Amino acid sequence: MTTNRVVTATINGVETPLLVDTRMSLLEALRDAAGLTGTKEGCLTGDCGACTVILDGRPVDSCLVMAAEVEGAAITTVEGLARNGALHPVQQAFLDHAALQCGVCTPGFLVSAKALLDKNPAPTEEQIRYWLAGNLCRCTGYEKILSAVQDAARSLKTTR
Amino acid sequence: MERRSDAPASPYKVIGTRPIRHDGEDKVTGRAQFAADVNFRDQLYGKVLRSPHAHARILAVDVSRAQALPGVKAIATHQDLPTLGEAMLETGEGAENTKYMTDRILASDKALYKGHPIAAVAATDPWTAEQALGLIEVRYEPLPAVVDVLDAMQPDAPLLYPDVTTSTLGKRERKATNVIRHTRHQRGDIEKGFAQADHVIEREFRTATVHQGYIEPQACSALARSDGQITVWTGTQGAFPVREQLATLLKLPLSQIKVVPMEIGGGFGGKIQVYLEPLAVILSRKSGRPVKLGMTRADVFQATGPAPRVVSRIKLGVKRDGTLTAAKAWLVYECGAFPSVYGVMGANMVLAPYRLANVQVDSYDVLTNTSKTAAYRAPASPQALFGTEAVMDELAERLGMDPLELRLKNAVEEGDARVDGLVYPRLGLKECLRAALASDHYRSAPPKGPNRARAVALGYWHNNSFTSSATVGVNMDGTASVVTGSTDIGGSRASMAIMAAETLGLKAEEVRPSVADTDSIGHTDVTGGSRTTFATGYAVYEAAQDALAQLKTRVARLWDVPADQVEFREGAFHGTGDGKGDGKGNGHPPLTVRQLGKELARVGGPVLGSATVSPKGVGPGFGVHIADIEVDPETGKVTILRYTAVQDVGRAIHPAYVEGQMQGGVVQGIGWALNEEYVFNDQGEMLNPGFLDYRMPTMPDVPRIETILVEVPNPGHPYGVRGVGETPIVPPLGTLHNAIARAVGVRLRSLPMSPPKVVQALQEKARAEAVAARPG
Repeated sequence: MTTNRVVTATINGVETPLLVDTRMSLLEALRDAAGLTGTKEGCLTGDCGACTVILDGRPVDSCLVMAAEVEGAAITTVEGLARNGALHPVQQAFLDHAALQCGVCTPGFLVSAKALLDKNPAPTEEQIRYWLAGNLCRCTGYEKILSAVQDAARSLKTTR
Repeated sequence: MERRSDAPASPYKVIGTRPIRHDGEDKVTGRAQFAADVNFRDQLYGKVLRSPHAHARILAVDVSRAQALPGVKAIATHQDLPTLGEAMLETGEGAENTKYMTDRILASDKALYKGHPIAAVAATDPWTAEQALGLIEVRYEPLPAVVDVLDAMQPDAPLLYPDVTTSTLGKRERKATNVIRHTRHQRGDIEKGFAQADHVIEREFRTATVHQGYIEPQACSALARSDGQITVWTGTQGAFPVREQLATLLKLPLSQIKVVPMEIGGGFGGKIQVYLEPLAVILSRKSGRPVKLGMTRADVFQATGPAPRVVSRIKLGVKRDGTLTAAKAWLVYECGAFPSVYGVMGANMVLAPYRLANVQVDSYDVLTNTSKTAAYRAPASPQALFGTEAVMDELAERLGMDPLELRLKNAVEEGDARVDGLVYPRLGLKECLRAALASDHYRSAPPKGPNRARAVALGYWHNNSFTSSATVGVNMDGTASVVTGSTDIGGSRASMAIMAAETLGLKAEEVRPSVADTDSIGHTDVTGGSRTTFATGYAVYEAAQDALAQLKTRVARLWDVPADQVEFREGAFHGTGDGKGDGKGNGHPPLTVRQLGKELARVGGPVLGSATVSPKGVGPGFGVHIADIEVDPETGKVTILRYTAVQDVGRAIHPAYVEGQMQGGVVQGIGWALNEEYVFNDQGEMLNPGFLDYRMPTMPDVPRIETILVEVPNPGHPYGVRGVGETPIVPPLGTLHNAIARAVGVRLRSLPMSPPKVVQALQEKARAEAVAARPG
């Protein structure tokens, strides 16, 4: 009852055909078919945000999207944030502020934060906290993540 | 961040700075390899069949239909494990009796909790493996389950084991029971002590079962070769303890097993015991192929170690001037379905911050039909100190005394003894209390308005040492590498590089730190017990000293002087000759390790220093927390307006990660205090095994967490390090309990203090007040 099919999506700017099992989630397709293991599994129920990717401009839990649904879509994963070897300001800010400890929730936070800053370049503390409410971190207490996102917003403003 | 140091100004160049962690870029670009990221071309996918019953006799397991399913390559059951005798295996933050270990990995005659593994399957794809689980036929005879610890202590309670008896104060009783151990500590005369008191308060407290809540579910891969050599890739707090557990479980020599620690997505004590690794090894042995296994989040909640629920009764007596005269504590710790040791540990913790002449502590470890409890950040301490700190707050209110001053009056210091006899070395509890009293937060006006208040509580963790190894290699250009066996969970590679750099006179960026597998470094115990920066840091220091000793012979050759005329100080080699006779070393300008690097090729080449240490001078960890809160009496929701954590951190090697440990610990403690709990039905089934219903704090739930780092260097470590990771989870339970009490006048004494419980307590209070106000 295996049903494989080819799904073609633009992943991190590159049109990529993927051979997927139709039972696969987008998370599994990214990790197992595309080899992009930066996107993490934390719960498979859409509650932790570790698997967040940007799908056609919107942050989504990739564990809740079927792979077969993404034909023709544009997807950004954590691997697509850095450009030509230069880190995205939000990645740099996470390093500067020690905003990660174990690092497993970090890809989801980075992708969610990028989606926020794409939409709202000057978020308030409250807007950051509520936008990132769907991303769980168990190590940091969120304090340094908040500082990092605020700092990334500032540095994006100056480079814009 | 406010930062405070009671020690003299830092004598260090690198220690205390905040370099970017060396492994950081891999973690922000998605390149870091965690256990679930490991894949092999010919791998099989494993799945685990788990008991649907919390307590049942297993009458028969028939795997024949599953075995016949195309794509199924191996099935493991209890028969694949040897029988082990009684022996205690120390795993790092709690020991395990080997007699019960094989049953914990795969059930034999009984399922002892819902989620208990019965069998495991390896197949060519995960869907086939899942389908095969459904074809395994297990016949169960369900038995009554016992979930609550007090129920489990009753004489007529259902028994988990027919042959377990109580070890009471070291002696074994004869009657079978679920109470595996009674621990008692006594000092002085409590009757006399309570008689001297002007106020005596005794209260009962309950905490709920909570989970470590790491975001990465357990995962591993194993390859067993036909020559018997085994390699395991896993996310663990300790590769060496995994190797030891596997060798014990499979009766193999340690040299036959290699454990490769991948990046780990959080552990907090929950990734020390093995769960999946033995299954992966057995399935790989049977199939001859690499086998990958992972848990779902529901598996993680139901079948990996939560922290024990505790029932406690705390009685304290105090004189009018605030001096404690006596203390009595009674504690019951939940083991889950297999013996554990947290009651023993809790007995040491419960009164640890206070100087007491008259004291008695009784503590019990009790079996229940739930997953075996495991270490969770400062294991046993939050549950124990919750009650103590709540009673202290009530005493302060009754005395009309500042709650920090009451604690300061009774705080332990160097030379005082814990109830179990441990004598405290240099510690900074009083320094923390004074820092809290002097803090901007505590000096600011308490929150105004109804349903708002400020409160405080203390925390303690003894901190561990155990054994660590390190090598420090000095390269041909004078840069260095440092290799340890300590899994890096919260930035330890950076702190190891800092300590090596400080010792060698290099910059943090000139040192490359890495974590090695069990073949590539000496024995190293778990990353846990707040021991890594202390003990592994000690090993790094010793290994760097070993490298320097070797480099001295190189310098001596370069300068053509005897080696004893070369010394290393202030980051460079100096000659020690007196300027007379043949003290040639004196004439040379100081030489740094970087400068020496260029010369190494002609004076003997690069060096490798190494050390394996089990340092004794562990420094205890104490902290003080302050919270301002507001309670919404309509909904019962508690909003934290301001939160400050003060802690004696010994010496902050990388202050940003010290703050991070404190902030992370605080938020876990907030979750424990306000929302997190396992909800069980009377059949022992957890009704909320997911992040939606097991409610961990999210970003909007918490305020900014302010930190005050008090540095009272630990004389037992060359750089003054004392563990910092665990203490900060302890105080939030008492702090928030006391704040709610002071805000709305109800003392809940039961965790979590979730909105429905707060509302209920307020309604009960209103009813009681209405009755009292009734005329006549």
